[in-house]
Amino acid sequence: MTEQNTMGQSGSADATAGRNHPGLTADQLKQAYYDMLLIRRFEEKAGQLYGMGLIGGFCHLYIGQEAVVVGLQMAQKDGDKVITSYRDHGQMLAAGMDPRGVMAELTGRATGLSHGKGGSMHMFSREKNFYGGHGIVGAQVALGIGLAFANKYRGTDEVSITYFGEGASNQGQVFESFNLAALHKLPCVFVIENNRYGMGTSVERASASKALWKNGEPWGIPGRQVDGMDVEAVNAAAKEAIAHCRAGNGPYLLEMSTYRYRGHSMSDPAKYRQRSEVDEIRQKHDPIDHVRNLLKAAGVDDADFKEMETKVKEIVADATEFAKTSPEPDPSELFTDVLVGE
Amino acid sequence: MAIDILMPALSPTMTEGKLAKWNKKEGDTVSSGEVIAEIETDKATMEVEAVDEGVLGKILVPEGTEGVSVNTPIAILVEEGEAVPDAPSAGSGEVHPAAEEKPKAAAATTAVTAVSAAASEPEKDWGETSEITVREALRDAMAAEMRRDEDVFLLGEEVAQYQGAYKVSQGLLDEFGEKRVIDMPITEHGFTGMATGAAMTGLKPIVEFMTMNFSLQAIDHIINSAAKTHYMSGGQISCPMVFRGPNGAAARVGAQHSQCFASWYAHVPGLKVVAPWSAADAKGLLRAAIRDPNPVIVLENEILYGQKFPCPVDEDFILPIGKAKIERPGKDVTIVAFSISVGTAMAAAELLAEKGIDAEVINLRTIRPLDTATIIESVKKTSRLVTVEEGWPFAGIGAEIAMQVIEHAFDWLDAPPVRVAGLDVPMPFAANLEKLALPQPDWVVDAVSKIV
Repeated sequence: MTEQNTMGQSGSADATAGRNHPGLTADQLKQAYYDMLLIRRFEEKAGQLYGMGLIGGFCHLYIGQEAVVVGLQMAQKDGDKVITSYRDHGQMLAAGMDPRGVMAELTGRATGLSHGKGGSMHMFSREKNFYGGHGIVGAQVALGIGLAFANKYRGTDEVSITYFGEGASNQGQVFESFNLAALHKLPCVFVIENNRYGMGTSVERASASKALWKNGEPWGIPGRQVDGMDVEAVNAAAKEAIAHCRAGNGPYLLEMSTYRYRGHSMSDPAKYRQRSEVDEIRQKHDPIDHVRNLLKAAGVDDADFKEMETKVKEIVADATEFAKTSPEPDPSELFTDVLVGE
Repeated sequence: MAIDILMPALSPTMTEGKLAKWNKKEGDTVSSGEVIAEIETDKATMEVEAVDEGVLGKILVPEGTEGVSVNTPIAILVEEGEAVPDAPSAGSGEVHPAAEEKPKAAAATTAVTAVSAAASEPEKDWGETSEITVREALRDAMAAEMRRDEDVFLLGEEVAQYQGAYKVSQGLLDEFGEKRVIDMPITEHGFTGMATGAAMTGLKPIVEFMTMNFSLQAIDHIINSAAKTHYMSGGQISCPMVFRGPNGAAARVGAQHSQCFASWYAHVPGLKVVAPWSAADAKGLLRAAIRDPNPVIVLENEILYGQKFPCPVDEDFILPIGKAKIERPGKDVTIVAFSISVGTAMAAAELLAEKGIDAEVINLRTIRPLDTATIIESVKKTSRLVTVEEGWPFAGIGAEIAMQVIEHAFDWLDAPPVRVAGLDVPMPFAANLEKLALPQPDWVVDAVSKIV
């Protein structure tokens, strides 16, 4: 529980030898690469559509953080429930939700996953066990232990994966949730996606705690800091955390050291950090480049990469076309779904 | 293939901006994510990152240009070695079609103001009754629903081992065990969020607030998480749950523990709000609230907990949400009240009867959805309206009722509606001041006397 990988330490571009955790097989790495690439390209397209005025309001991109959600998703089993904040597109794609439905929700169309009534921050899929998509910072943490509570109440061995940012980690209800989850031994994996900035405030300026992975210690919640740019490190830690929860030992806390390349939302001028900081991480610690290098070393050739790239581009292009051409919700939708059964 | 780079919208409100600087010149190679230009928006100077890779073939808008509209082609990106076209491709810079489409006429009335036609269906006769306290009625309602549905459980502070801070949950732990009657630490924000998350999976929690005052600690989950999720999910995820506890003025507990939240919660689409007065109200409405697939706020009243009323003994007894009850028929004035104020109104009606005024008293039972039809039908008969509530007058339930009557029965009114409400002050502690702050029967008599 005391392992400390700060970002990049296990994410060096050239070495598979330097891995200090159980690795993924070549096929799993290929899947991880593909899944991360889909999120990357999807988000780049979302940014572009925002620029064109096709997406309005808030839009928080996941670019840079792809290894976190993909590494976790690969450690989950069917039935495990996921909940996150408003930076949710990556979680939804990783959960297997239809890129068309996600993109169409971003553009506010009738064919969107929430029929155009939720938007970027509010999407759900009961089928894929994705419980949102929440716009209030930290609220999803208390809701997330509720998902875990339901698993326990029903006597299943399913777990709740509850994502929140390092900014949200200072919310009072997060600590209330730690207490409740530990007190009732709820099967909840708390995942802090520490991308270093809560909007424009760096983690150093926001948290007196210098080790967020230790924030559950007063309640006896085991924690680990993980290199969130290394999908294998994420996956290995996720397996351990999920196994802990599934065995009925209560919650587990993972702090993922990661980074967002884009602004907090689309309208963020990002004056709180140097461009060189972003560029350096992009060049040296990019989670997708890292896996690409591992795959190259494992013998995956350019044609394979090209094939994956082409497939991803097609999916994103198809989702975009769908999102652009779908109709807006009918005005009659204004009054539907306010109450169940009316 | 050449790709047009368009002037991006970089904030929700930006329609045009200044192209402040080009960081790349014609002929430069551009990779995805690289900063190619700086743009001054209405809010800040922003960097524009390239989405696609290629060579900056042609700059169409030179740096320093002001007032560049969003979606104007500002440069052309080509592939390595590709010829540079002179002009942007046809169809680029097109405006998103939906933005031009005129919004279709929205529905003229809201769901709230629509008056249902089913105004005066007679209430079902449930037969034999017995005298029980409101406290027992609430406990019996929970027990009955917990027997009926394994997914129903109760959580809150002191609900289990202590048997309820106000003894409402007495005996439930013994019958249902600690899995379904769960003591919570003093952590309203946390446990309300937890219960709401559990409800999203289909469980049916009853969240007891020791008093509704403490629901303020958790109001974000009640409104932003529970009330809105069904709508925001396009109908996929609902929150079948109950938030209940004593509401309104208690006795001698001061401002922070004495206030009415009817108006607060009734304001919110996605919530239902009920406020029982009698034991029958309490039992019937709480059972309905637990069965309802939506989040329902049950506003109880501490002063009423110990009061006895006749309550049907029928095992299936339940009341519909959204239906008011005429507690006392009359012809001269309509007095609308809820919760403990129904008692105030009934006492006032007796005093008025001595003066020869025949008051009709409506017990709302449900605040949202409001049974406007029953109120309107009554006002059409009496032509006069007085509302009674313990909450503050400003933007209170009385204001809403008066407005509904003005909208739907203006021509029937013979006098302006009058509100009787708690005084517009935080609740004082001293016994005499507290009494002065809360509606008394004679306030209602005075109000009626003004307009009859």
